[in-house]
Order: sequence, then C-alpha cells, then structure tokens
Amino acid sequence: MDYVKLINCMRCGMCLPHCPTYKETFLETASPRGRVALVRKVQEGELDQSERLLEYLSLCLDCQACASACPCGVNAGELVAEFTCERKGAQGLGFMEDMILRQLVPHPDRLESSMVPMRAYQKTGLQKLVRKLGILKMFPKPLERMEGLLPELPKRPLRQEIREITPAVGKERGTVGFFLGCVMSLIFSEASRATIQLLSSLGYRVITPKNQVCCGAPNMLGGDLEGLKSEARTNIDIFSGYDVDFIVTDCGGCGAELKKYGHHFEDDGKAAAFSAKVRDISQLLAMHSDELQAMLKPLDLQVTYHDPCHIAHCQGIRSQPRQLLKLIPGLQYRELAEADACCGSAGTYNIAKPEMSDRILQRKLDNIRASNAEVLVTSNPGCLLQLKKGLADQLPEVKLMHLTELLAKSLAG
Amino acid sequence: MEQSFINELKNIVGEQYTLAARESLAVYGYDSTPELESLPGVVLLPGSAGEVAQIMALCHGAGVNVTPRGSGTNLSGGSLSKGGVVVQTSRLNRLVEIDEENLTATVEPGLITSTLHREVEARGLFYPPDPGSMNISTMGGNVAENSGGLRGLKYGVTADYVMGLETVLANGDLLRTGGKVVKDVAGYSLNPLLVSSEGTLGFFTGITVKLIPKPQGKITMLAHFPALQDAALAVSAIIAAKVIPATLEFLDRVTIKCVEDYAHVGLPLDVDAVLLIEVDGHPAVIAEEAAAVAEICQKHRSSFFQTAKDADEALKLATARRTALSALARLKPTTILEDATVPRSCIAPMLQVIQAAAAKYNVTIGTFGHAGDGNLHPTCLTDERDQDEIKRAHAAFEEIFDAAIGMGGTITGEHGVGLAKKKYLPRLVGESGIRVMKGIKQAFDPKGILNPGKVF
Repeated sequence: MDYVKLINCMRCGMCLPHCPTYKETFLETASPRGRVALVRKVQEGELDQSERLLEYLSLCLDCQACASACPCGVNAGELVAEFTCERKGAQGLGFMEDMILRQLVPHPDRLESSMVPMRAYQKTGLQKLVRKLGILKMFPKPLERMEGLLPELPKRPLRQEIREITPAVGKERGTVGFFLGCVMSLIFSEASRATIQLLSSLGYRVITPKNQVCCGAPNMLGGDLEGLKSEARTNIDIFSGYDVDFIVTDCGGCGAELKKYGHHFEDDGKAAAFSAKVRDISQLLAMHSDELQAMLKPLDLQVTYHDPCHIAHCQGIRSQPRQLLKLIPGLQYRELAEADACCGSAGTYNIAKPEMSDRILQRKLDNIRASNAEVLVTSNPGCLLQLKKGLADQLPEVKLMHLTELLAKSLAG
Repeated sequence: MEQSFINELKNIVGEQYTLAARESLAVYGYDSTPELESLPGVVLLPGSAGEVAQIMALCHGAGVNVTPRGSGTNLSGGSLSKGGVVVQTSRLNRLVEIDEENLTATVEPGLITSTLHREVEARGLFYPPDPGSMNISTMGGNVAENSGGLRGLKYGVTADYVMGLETVLANGDLLRTGGKVVKDVAGYSLNPLLVSSEGTLGFFTGITVKLIPKPQGKITMLAHFPALQDAALAVSAIIAAKVIPATLEFLDRVTIKCVEDYAHVGLPLDVDAVLLIEVDGHPAVIAEEAAAVAEICQKHRSSFFQTAKDADEALKLATARRTALSALARLKPTTILEDATVPRSCIAPMLQVIQAAAAKYNVTIGTFGHAGDGNLHPTCLTDERDQDEIKRAHAAFEEIFDAAIGMGGTITGEHGVGLAKKKYLPRLVGESGIRVMKGIKQAFDPKGILNPGKVF
C-alpha cells in the first residue's frame, strides 16, 4: 500500500458531507477521513487489525463520493478497498470465494447455467409459492435478501441471443466493440439490446465478441487481484483482435473497471490502448446529440436520473446522461436531490450490510418521491436491482428504466 | 480514563453515544490542523442541552477536562483533547426556528452552516458568513471560532450576526445572553466575548443569529494583472470608489501556476495576480458598480477583464478561485494553510514579505485569499516526513506573522489561536492583553476544565 496516498489526506473534512454512511451516523469512524486515518494507523503500527477496526472499515460502500469531493485527490474508498484486497491476498481466498470468483465468474457459460434453475424457480410458480409461504424465513438472512432482489429473468441471456456482428443502419461511421456486462446480459438483456440498437441506428457497426469474460469487478470486490488480472488479460486479447474505434459498455461498474486495465498492467501498451478506447454508452451517444435528437420521437413523461457511483464518481460522467434525456421531445426532466449519492447497492453491500443499505436506500427513495417523477432512469445493473426492489416496495407507480431503454423507446416512438 | 467515570458518563448519554474504544478515539484525535494529534479519553454525543449540562456538572465535580467538538474542521487545533472528554455536537443539529418577523434564526450548535444557508435562502433571507468549510462546519464551531469567509468584506463575520446565545457554563449552569432584540445595553456585552472564545468559556447549546434580506442580483468579474502592485492598487481604488464588493478574492503567481497545471482554466502564466470580484444587491445598483470596477481595473493596467454574462459563465470565472486550495494541496502531502491578516492597504507589502520569506527559507508558499479584507491565506506546500523543511516552513511563517503584527494586522483572521498560534498571541496582545484574557477565563471557568491549553 502506497503510504503517500494515506498522508495526502489533509483531514479538511470536505468528504464528510458527501459520505452516505457519515450522513446516516455522524460518526467519524464511518467517514472517509476516519477510514483513511484508521488504515494509516494500522500501517504505522499504532493500531492492530482488530475485529472492531475491520468492522468500521467494512461499512464503506466504496462509492467514491469522497474522491469526487476531496481537494487533494485522495480516494478513501479505493484505499479501503486496496487495504482489504491486500489483507485478503495475504490470507488467500476462502472456499466459497474461490468457488465463486475463480470457478464461476470467469466462465460466462457456467454463470449462465447457474441462472437456469433461478428462471425455472420463477417460471414454475415456485417463487410465488415460496414467497407466500414465507419459506425463506427458515434460511439465513442473506439468502432471503438475495432472493428478494432478483427481478424477473429474461428467457435467455443476451450473449446467447445477440449476433456477433450487428451492421450499421445506413452509412457506416465506425465500428464499436460492445462489452457485455455479466449482470446486464443475464438480467437486463433488454437494456443492452436497446444499447446495440441505438449504436447501430447512429451508424456504428457493433461487434459483440462471444468469448469475452467478466470485467473482473467482482474479483476486485472480493480481494482477488490475480483473478481480476487474468480476466482483464483475456478481454484485452479478445478486443485487440478486432479493429474497433471504441469499446462501449452500458454497465457503469464494468466501464469503471475496464478503464483501469491500463493501470493494472503498467508498461503494457495493449492494456493502455484498450482502456483508452473504453466509453460509457452515454459518452458515445452524447457525441452524436444532434443526429440522435433528429431521430427521437416525443415522450410525455416526467423523468429523473440517479447517478450511479461507478459512472459519476469513478468515471466523472455527469452531464452526458442528463443531456441525452433532455434531447427527448416532450420529456420533462426533474433533477433528483442528492442525485449522485449511492443507492446502497454497492456490489454485495446490500447483502453484507442490510441495515445500513436500507437506510441509504430509504433516503434515495424519499428523494425520488419528492421529485414527482414518473420514470427513474439510471445506468448500472447494481442500482437497477436495488432500486427495483425499493420502488416495488414503496413507490410502485414509478417506473425504472436503463438510460438506453428510455432512449430506444423514444426512438421507436 | 477510569472505567467507572466512563460508566457515569454513559449513564447520561447512553451506551450507544459513548465512544471509548481505541479504534474510535483514534479518529477523534485530530481536526484539520496539520501536525497536531492527541488522543481523547472518551467521546460523547449528547442528544440534548440537558445532557450537556449534566456532563459538564459531572466533569466539573471530578475535575475532568471537556472539549467541545463539531465536525472537526478546526484549523488551529482547537477541538483536540489530551485524555479528556470530547463532547461532539452532531446530534444537537436542529434548526429550531426561522423568525421572519424578527429576522432571526435559532439553531442548535451541531447544525451544518450550509443547511442554514439553504433553509433561510428558500425564504428569501440571507445568512452571510460563508467559511470555506461551510458544507460541513457546524454553527457552534463557527460561533466559537468567529468564522469569516469570502463575503466578509461587505457583510462581516460570524460575530456580526450572533444576537443571542444559550451557553452551558463549566459547572453545568445555564447562561442566556442577548436574544432577538436589536438594542440591548443591559450590563456587559457577553455575546462578543463568547463568540471566538474557542470552547474555553462555555458550551453553546442554542444560537440565535441575525438574518438579512437576500440580495436580488450578483455580477461576477475576473481580472488579470501582470504587476502585483497594480492589483493591490486596484483593490484600494475599488474601495475608495465606494464600491464594496461581496467578494474580492486574490490569487498570486504560485497559485495561478498550480491552478493552471491542475484545472487548465486558461490562466496566463505571466501574470502576478488574478482578482475575482463579485458585486451583489439591487440589479440597477450592481450594474453601476460593475461598470466602475471594470473602469478601475482597466485603469490599473489589467491585461484581461471579463464580466460574466450569466450564472454558468459566473461559475466558470470563479473556477480558478474555487480550485485554488485543491490545486495547491495536490502538489505535496502536507498543506499548512495560514490566515495572517493585515489592513487591506498593506496587501502589496504583505505579499512581498511572504515571497521574501518563502525564498529565504527555501519553501513553496502559494497565497490566495480575501484581498478585500486583507485576510490572506499563505499556504505552504511541504511534507511532514521532511522535518527540516517543516522547520523552515515554521520559520518562514514566524517572519510572516511578525510582519503582519508590525503592519497593524493580526496573526489569525479566521482560524483562531487554539494550540497552533499560542506562541504568537502574546506578541500581538502584549502582557496586559494576556492578563485580561486570563482574568475572563478565571471568571467563567475557575477550575480551568473547559478546553484547557488553548489560546494562551
């Protein structure tokens, strides 16, 4: 761990009002400044890695809102993640972690097969029955939460359905490689289908390599840097085999991770070139605002936008999604209060820290209610899962859509 | 701290709000002051003024030290405690009342300053003090430190707005001073004494501040000056022309270079100074004032002058000033931000002193700040691991403070004395000043349990 990154924190406290867990607790131990201080004290040998200290650190969502607010460029979220990663690295992966991160995540086919029973569970009516009978109450809490978060699954994952090459509509302006996020492909395949449609409508030939693998973000979350690097290598090699102008993703989490590949393999031109080509879908679409606007048909809707942390804080993308929504004729855009505050999803945080996750989600839902919007737009599968559950419970009248789904709806008219 | 005593405190605020584990205390051992750290004995988060009074009475009886703490953004070490009880105000954060007939707001000490701004501005009212940390600083902290901010030139500082205080004294007794009346000459004026007392005289549990109508309009301007002297003369000329800008901010050459390297806002690297000027008030008046400012800047050889056409452009013009601290702080791990203040007519000579001291001690000092009220922020960029450089930085600041005193200025315009500037206070106020201050402390806190070791 780079000690200078820790002492760069000048303890000004500018991060505090942006940290979701500090806003809930007003405790310094639950603040970015406090977490950096704790990690620093461990490095300096002043504090042990006690259970209490690790518990404090584990409350961090790694949403990186603190990094956006920090005057000196300290990224407390990343520092805590790095610290956790190094600890895990020293300990080695547990049996379950190894099963999931090394045996399942890097293999799209296995990942897809694992969803088959889930879909059967929903389609046979078993899910309804299980929920009705409250059977899940007999299982450990995390399982019950996981089950509750699962939306209706598509018939087949997009990876199995999409053609490797989708031609451009009209005159071809370029070629993009489409990076399929695991969760997008498995659960939100309609949104990714819309993404590909928008790209081709704007004149891009879209290549979707079928052998691409997970971006590696789950490995990073689980402290498995080696697993991440192996997946990154595979993806870099696959995409380097095509002559593409951009590598596009509609998953905020994937985009943030893909843009860091160059950083993981320093002195590797191929990795740096890969990362330099990565664009979030909103970045690419915003480059063609005028053409897009000419194609969009009116939608009489009141819409608000939730900034995913991986888009706003990790990639610094804030204006483009809003700009794109405002292109839709007839659409009334309403800015959401605390739009770039985490929704509490944060990878597996909503399962690991249900109580804090619920408090953070509640604040988000209260702000959504106050916005009076009919449609909530966002562009990250983690947020989609979390908000879908939250809206279903408390604001069933608000429809949730991925950015590209709403744009494609306007395109179709 | 003895466990039995901690248990007694726990009985007052509850287990959940008593922090005594090593890992918890470790993060209450600092505030925003560089280089200073000390571990408290226990941290308490009371939920009512009554609990604060009980804590004070208990500690008074036992002779245990108490240090009030808000969000811990103090820049003079004022919120640090050595082994004592830290009482944190975060749960006392209610906005009690906005009284539109009397134009006052009453708040609890833990309320965040910018929350008050938002709430009163939604009603067309205005609470002007805007310290740099206003998005997280607390009203209690602002009162205890008499915080200033960018709008100080035209609107004054926190002290100018405090009308009434409810204070828990060292022995747990309650003291009410002032209130909602504009005129009050009954007995000694205790409010100004309590404001800027840095937690050494009492613990505020209620604060009533004055509000004013919100200015209707604002015009933002930016001017570049190739010569420092011209920028300083322009500042004096603007004031002499009877224009009092709400904001009159300054960046020096070192800061300009850092800002340009970091934010690429298009600042020229061959100018000595950049001024950000904002006038606010009635639209007709500010149009006239803006025209006067433009004329004065041009007359004083500004190489570039721009008036923002709209709010977006205003934001752009203000970017350089807003990113000044970030741009400087990124260069080196340790940032020592000072606030030596001089009469505004002395800005040019003061800047020369700062530059000379930086050169003499071979340290990097960027200066930005509130040119209009003479409150400068010479900011030394250093590395706490380089003890030799840290020593030189302090030597440079010693010369800067002495020069400020010599010019009729002060060692601190808005950060307070705390621990960091104790050494310099006697040079400023003299032996009699210290004697009077100690007498006041004795009257309020004869046992000396409130935030001991601070100020003098």
